[in-house]
Amino acid sequence: MATKALPMFPQAARVALANSQLRRNLGNATTTIRNKRASVVGELPDWEALRSSGSAIKARVMRHLDDYLLQLETSVQAAGGQVHWARDAAEANRIITQIVQASGADRVVKVKSLTTDEIHMNDALASVGIRAIETDLAELIIQLAGETSSHILVPAIHKNRSEIRDLFRRTIARGQDLTDEPKQLAAAARRYLREQFLSARVAVSGANFAIAETGTVCVVESEGNGRMCLTLPRTLITVIGIEKILPTFQDFSVFLQLLPRSSTGERMNPYTSLWTGVTPGDGPQTFHLVLLDNGRTNVLTDEVGRQTLHCIRCSACLNICPVYSRTGGHAYGSVYPGPIGAILTPQLLGVKQAKSLPFASSLCGACYEVCPVKINIPEVLLHLRGEVTQVASPLSVEAVAMRQLGRIFASPTRYEQAQRLARRGQRLFMHKGVIDHLPGMLAGWTAGRDLAPVPRQSFREWWRERQKGEKT
Amino acid sequence: MQVTLFITCFNDTLFPNVGIATTQVLERLGHTVDFPEAQTCCGQMHYNSGYQRDTIPLVRHFVEVFSAAEVIVAPSASCVGMVRELYPAAAALSGDKGLVQAVEQLIPRVYELSEFLVKRTGTVDVGAYYPHRVTYHPTCHSLRVLHVGDAPLQLLRAVKGIDLVELPNDRECCGFGGTFSIKNADTSLAMLSDKIRGVLDTRAEVLCSADTSCLLHIGGGLHRQRAGVTTKHLAEILVSTESEAM
Repeated sequence: MATKALPMFPQAARVALANSQLRRNLGNATTTIRNKRASVVGELPDWEALRSSGSAIKARVMRHLDDYLLQLETSVQAAGGQVHWARDAAEANRIITQIVQASGADRVVKVKSLTTDEIHMNDALASVGIRAIETDLAELIIQLAGETSSHILVPAIHKNRSEIRDLFRRTIARGQDLTDEPKQLAAAARRYLREQFLSARVAVSGANFAIAETGTVCVVESEGNGRMCLTLPRTLITVIGIEKILPTFQDFSVFLQLLPRSSTGERMNPYTSLWTGVTPGDGPQTFHLVLLDNGRTNVLTDEVGRQTLHCIRCSACLNICPVYSRTGGHAYGSVYPGPIGAILTPQLLGVKQAKSLPFASSLCGACYEVCPVKINIPEVLLHLRGEVTQVASPLSVEAVAMRQLGRIFASPTRYEQAQRLARRGQRLFMHKGVIDHLPGMLAGWTAGRDLAPVPRQSFREWWRERQKGEKT
Repeated sequence: MQVTLFITCFNDTLFPNVGIATTQVLERLGHTVDFPEAQTCCGQMHYNSGYQRDTIPLVRHFVEVFSAAEVIVAPSASCVGMVRELYPAAAALSGDKGLVQAVEQLIPRVYELSEFLVKRTGTVDVGAYYPHRVTYHPTCHSLRVLHVGDAPLQLLRAVKGIDLVELPNDRECCGFGGTFSIKNADTSLAMLSDKIRGVLDTRAEVLCSADTSCLLHIGGGLHRQRAGVTTKHLAEILVSTESEAM
């Protein structure tokens, strides 16, 4: 896919890390969600078995995705819905635009959806004069601020309530007397959104799951604003990545246990909306399901990377990640931030477009430990790092250094020579017994850390000396 | 038991005292220690940095050096993690079935020091004496790759004279992550600064860990800040006795 390369993570992260308000907001929010998750997950004695089931169901879906997709199409059509296949973002946007235009509407209300963000649907609609109004509170905040989301579940996690108050006073609550009380802020958003719900003719949503057996589509949410969109307008368009399929309702029950506990740290989320095609006289009378590929079948062909498609977008990996919880989502330059973004984005866009993302991790493994569908994120990160080095220049300083080190480590003689050389060479950088300034690529180390010099005697030299002593 | 030391290139070159301490603790407990001098590096840096193919010769070399060993012990959770978690994939990458098999046979004999002491030999009290206030940082690879659990803490709790204090938010990564610490230096340092805050809050004199790689990073930050906290590998504490303080 021809897309522009994303900004490099280290540089973007540096900017974010220097923002003290962001660091505090993020630190507080991720710690709270992390603890809530740990507590509700701890209540379930069969959590590990649930994770295994979730993982096994998703693996089965990926193995037979072609069959399940056709089954889903048939079930949706049988229930009165229309199914569209979109190869990429442009095709999906074309389909959506045509449906909205045919309905005669000049605006749509939106259920929070990452997939529509992934294809930049709002921009595509705006280019033909159709306004897309975000109705999820946090998405609305982001939209009003003209920003992009920084978290897949709580998009405005980087903002605190006084920042939101200022924003509302500039936009939807002009002239209103508003404090930064959460209740007041929610009321202001509600007044604005109710007008939108009651007058919109078209809604667009994503979906958490689509059940192949019945054609049922599901949205899991907290606010009820999603349900307003899913029930009030006459026309409903749902855009869903092809990997979101579940074979049966029974499989769905596993995910309904895994998702809320992993994402918001709740036993059950407040609103779970399920719909199957259309019901005459009740709810939307026209239903369109857009099945989106946009790089997913490429991911499916990669035996290691494939597990990335198991993701149910719970965001537990973001909240636990020591990198994400300090840099926030914008540093990742993509709709999908955090550990899952670091493996999904490069696969969807191609590693050349996002070559710094697989390295935006210390490989601490906390993401893998919390993932409800057991995606081995560190394994995929390493796999993608391998792909990045393969497309990078073999003449880069790093590649040459690594090859040299490989040669050195392959031979005990060369290895010992290198040890002695390091001991002598380090004198160039030593200052009062420590190394506090290194050149080139290594400067990152001494930017905030001293380096103790290589000691006079290596372990092997000590060992040899001792062996000699024992013999004499 | 006949124990073969896998010292790791990192300890061999930068932390020889850790190797010496490991040798002495094992010998004090009655084990016979040998050290094959042909050993070099396990290849973790190459593998984790995306140069997976370059690790194949190192995997082959490791297997040759250690294949005859009864039990292999390393004072590093990270390098043992490399062997246990990633050697099978690295060997598979070579397409050499013999190597895959050799790796498979080798893995069950490789132990991290605390694993070997607590889980393999059932030793908790190694007869150590260490009259200092100590806090323990469980490294990511010891926790989430090797699953050593509280084995290192069991060993530390049995040390006489020690004032062991809990590190706040101990399970969170210190920010080292190998080449991550250089490639993403700013993020790495942000993580380090929070780790150091936790360490300082404990008022410990000594920060202990089962990986000198993380200690090089945290210790480097503590030294830069003149924080007055030293870093010690688990083996260096375990080797200390009332008659011979390390």
